Formats: sequence, C-alpha cells, structure tokens
Amino acid sequence: MTAKNPGILSHPVTRSALLHSGVIVLLAWLFQVLPEYHSGNLARIMVLAVYAMGYNVLFGYTGLLSLGHALFFAAGMYGLGLSMYWLDASPAPSMLAGLISALVVSGVVGALALRTTGVAFMIVTLMFAQAGFLTILLFGEYTRGDEGFVLPQADRVLFGLDLTQPANRYGGALILFTICLGLVAWLVQSRFGKTLIAIRENEERARMLGYDVQRHKWLAVVVSGTLSGASGAAYALLFGYAGATFATVQYSIFPLLWVLLGGAGTTLGPLIGTLFMFYLIDISSQFTSAYLLIASVILILLTLFAPHGLAGVVRKRLIPWLP
Amino acid sequence: MTLLSTRGLSKQYAGLRAVHDVDFSLEKGEIRALIGPNGAGKSTFVGMLCGRIPASEGQVVFDGSDITPLAAHQRISLGMAYTFQITSVFARLSTRENVALAARRLSDSTPRHVRERVYKALEQVDLQDRAETLAGDLSYGHQRLLEIAMGLAQSPRLFILDEPTQGLAENEIESFKQLVKTLAVDATVLLIEHNMDVVMQTAQRITVLDFGEILAEGTPAEIRASDAVQAAYLGTG
Repeated sequence: MTAKNPGILSHPVTRSALLHSGVIVLLAWLFQVLPEYHSGNLARIMVLAVYAMGYNVLFGYTGLLSLGHALFFAAGMYGLGLSMYWLDASPAPSMLAGLISALVVSGVVGALALRTTGVAFMIVTLMFAQAGFLTILLFGEYTRGDEGFVLPQADRVLFGLDLTQPANRYGGALILFTICLGLVAWLVQSRFGKTLIAIRENEERARMLGYDVQRHKWLAVVVSGTLSGASGAAYALLFGYAGATFATVQYSIFPLLWVLLGGAGTTLGPLIGTLFMFYLIDISSQFTSAYLLIASVILILLTLFAPHGLAGVVRKRLIPWLP
Repeated sequence: MTLLSTRGLSKQYAGLRAVHDVDFSLEKGEIRALIGPNGAGKSTFVGMLCGRIPASEGQVVFDGSDITPLAAHQRISLGMAYTFQITSVFARLSTRENVALAARRLSDSTPRHVRERVYKALEQVDLQDRAETLAGDLSYGHQRLLEIAMGLAQSPRLFILDEPTQGLAENEIESFKQLVKTLAVDATVLLIEHNMDVVMQTAQRITVLDFGEILAEGTPAEIRASDAVQAAYLGTG
C-alpha cells in the first residue's frame, strides 16, 4: 500500500502524525516490558518532557530565551496542590485550577517581560521567577515553603483510578504526554506555529510582512507557560508532592538543558533530552559521587559536537523532514 | 486619486535633521522614483511611510485615512508591501515558505489560495524551480527577486522598493525593469533607487530629496533638465 501511494506518506502532516503516534505506541509498549524501576522513571520523564515541550514552544520555536519557567511549572503545581490540600478539591477541578493559574501567571509575566528583549528578557523572567519563589516561602503557612507538602494517597484518585498505582500513574503520564505532544505537533504545523518560526528567524521581516509580532510572542509565552503548568500540576498529582524546590532557578535551567540537548525547535527533542539527562545522572551516580562532573563533561561535549541537539543531528544526517 | 500623502513629515535624530517638513503625494497607479544623494533622507522618509521609523512631526495619510499613529504591521495590513534595502529573507526557511508567510497575511488565505498565490508570485519572478531551496542558499540576485516575490504575494496597493537593484548584475537589472512595469499594473510603486538608468526608464515621475527636503519633482525629462538637480546630484556623478 505504501508503495502505491507515496504521495500521502510524503505529506508533512501525515508523516508527523505517523511519527508521533509511533512514539506514543512505543512508550505504551515500554511499560509492558520495562522493570518497575525504569517504568517509574519513564512516567516521571514523560511528565517532565511536557515541561520541556512547553519551554521549547518559546525557546525552540519562537526564539525567546526565558530563565523563569520554574514560575509557570510551580504555578501549575501549587494551583493543583493548594486546591487539593486546603480546599479538599478532587483532582479534576484541581488540575483545571493548576492550568488556569499557570495561564494567568504566564499571561501577566509575558505582558510585562515582553516589554524587553534579548538579555533583558532573560533577566526579567529570572527575576519574576525569583519573586515567585520568595512568595511561596513568604506564605509558608499555606505552602509549607521548602519543606513542601504531601498529597495523601486517598485523594489522588482521578475518575475512579488510583494514581498511586504504577500502571495508572504511567497511564496518566502517557495520556498527558500524548495530549501535549499532539498539541505541539499540530501547533508547529499550523499557521500560528509557522509565524512563530518566522519571528524566530527574522523578527523585523515578519513585522514588515504585517504580522503582529508582539501579540504572537505573548501568545507563545502563554502557550509555553500553560504547558509548563500542566506538567507541574501533573507532577504534583502523580508523585504526590509539592515543594518550593520546584520554583528555584535550578528548575528554570533544567528545561533549557533538556531542550538544548534533545534539539531545540523539534517536537521530539524535549523528550529525548529529558530522557537522556535523567539517565545520564541516574547511571553516572551509580559509579561515583562526582556524578555531576561526568554529566557536565558529557553535556559540554554534546554542546560542542552536536550544537543542534540529538534530534538536530538526526534531522541533519538521517531524516531531514523531522518535525 | 491620491493613494498616499504626507504633510510636514519630519524626523530629527538628536539634533540632526534627517527629514524636514516634507509634503509629498503619490497618485494611484503611478511609478514614482525617489532619488537623492547619499544621506539625503530617502530611507528615513520611506521608513516613516511604512512605520519602521516613528515620525518626529507630521502626518501620513494612506487611502484617505490618517495612519500616523499606526504600528508598522498595521500599515502593512492596510495594503503596503516593503522590500528591504539590505536583503532580509528567512534564510533557513525554503523559498516557498518565505513567500507563503507573505501570502498567509491576506484575509482570504485558505491553504489553496496561499498555494496558488505562492506559485504565481514565484512564477512572476521566475523562481518556481527553486521553491524548495533554502532562501539562504539562493544567489544574491535571486534573494532580491525573492524579496519582490514576497511583496507580490501580498497583493499590495502600494509597493515600496528600497534600492531593489543594489548589487544586481547588468542582465538582472534589465529583467528587473520589466518586472517593475508589470508590478504597476495592479499597484502603485514607490522606488528608491540609485541607478539612474533604472529610474529614467521605469518611473513616470521623480521626486528628488536633498538634505531631508524635496528639491524637485517632475517627469524624468524635467528632472534631467533641472539645474538644481544637476547641481545637487546628477552633475556630481
């Protein structure tokens, strides 16, 4: 059948759909074959990859480097966490609260931070995230600050499924990942996504073609921030903990590293980068307590020899149409 | 009928008078050349027309409405197209996608319309064979043509070409002259140009800027005969 109809298979939308469905099927299959330790890791990686995908919308596709995404991740995490912990809300509406909280925070931060560009934008987003982190500590009475709080197992039941069970947790992470990957894959093929790429490539030219560059950038911050928030909310729900650590600078740097390693401006780069870095640290820490040294040497080598990330190498050498 | 006019348009850069009190008017359907020695304020003037450079004083009226307060992208949306003096294409995107980005801005931009428009624009500048080439891999002359194709795909009412023949070879300039004449069938053309040969052969009227002010305006023959222009510009060349 494929031989008879090469036209359909070469269409970018079809190719993209097939590739991404393939990845989802692979991830579903991996749960069946992987030992529990690794499938648990993979659930965590999928949730964090959603964070990286959100970051990639802004960094990889729009060309805006933010150093404050931990704020959006934490907005989602606390939106869900505080709703469940203090208001005894059930997971579904709490998830919604997490999404709305990230949406609002990214909308406001985006509107203010986008008054600057370049290095100033990096610094302003970093400052907003620090202010967010300090706010969490300031309201320690409710947020329990650094110590954080645990969401009780009995509350983490979504549509009758106990999310503390490995299979349900993996399923939950996979569903979130699938929705977000589908969304991003569709977005980058859409008119909106192509405009973001145009802004990344040549902002002045995009403006002089009549595009409202400022509005597109703001929308990109909102989409990016809300996806990051979805990841933060899901992280709290699936792994049962919310704490101020997730709002620190470190958590703003992580998605940047994941995206750089995996391949900025590719749909699958964020997953690849998150997976790679997670296991890089996991494996190297089995051999030595200086695991960060090993990790950083490998990161430096990769940045030197694969500046476009792992997916970037694949795109350059093997599959030029990689979305 | 007047398509575009300015009243008292001025620009000061920290005390430097780049453009001073310019009253300018452009009729629908004409090909107008804007010439003047280096530093005469041509690019600043045009930048104020399309909104890239905010005016210090004065008014820009496009098709009967005052567009002075509008941002660049809003003015473009009203039906202006601007091609850059220094080639500015999306180097890492394909030639086709470059033109498609221009075509998608229009209100009737269904995927089919966009495809048709892109094909037509590429065909007009004879780049249809290079649709899949990355814009950055095109030769310089072809990149200039791509700029024009991007303008064509916007179906503008006013086409502003900022030194379009700069860096083109002789034979490329010849075909460019033809292209400008076909542009003027549907649009009004404002051409900023250094090449006098191109100006004299394509423009119906010429405006001469000198020291940020209009020095002369008229048909190519009148401009050629003007002593003031001779003194300021042509004579020195």
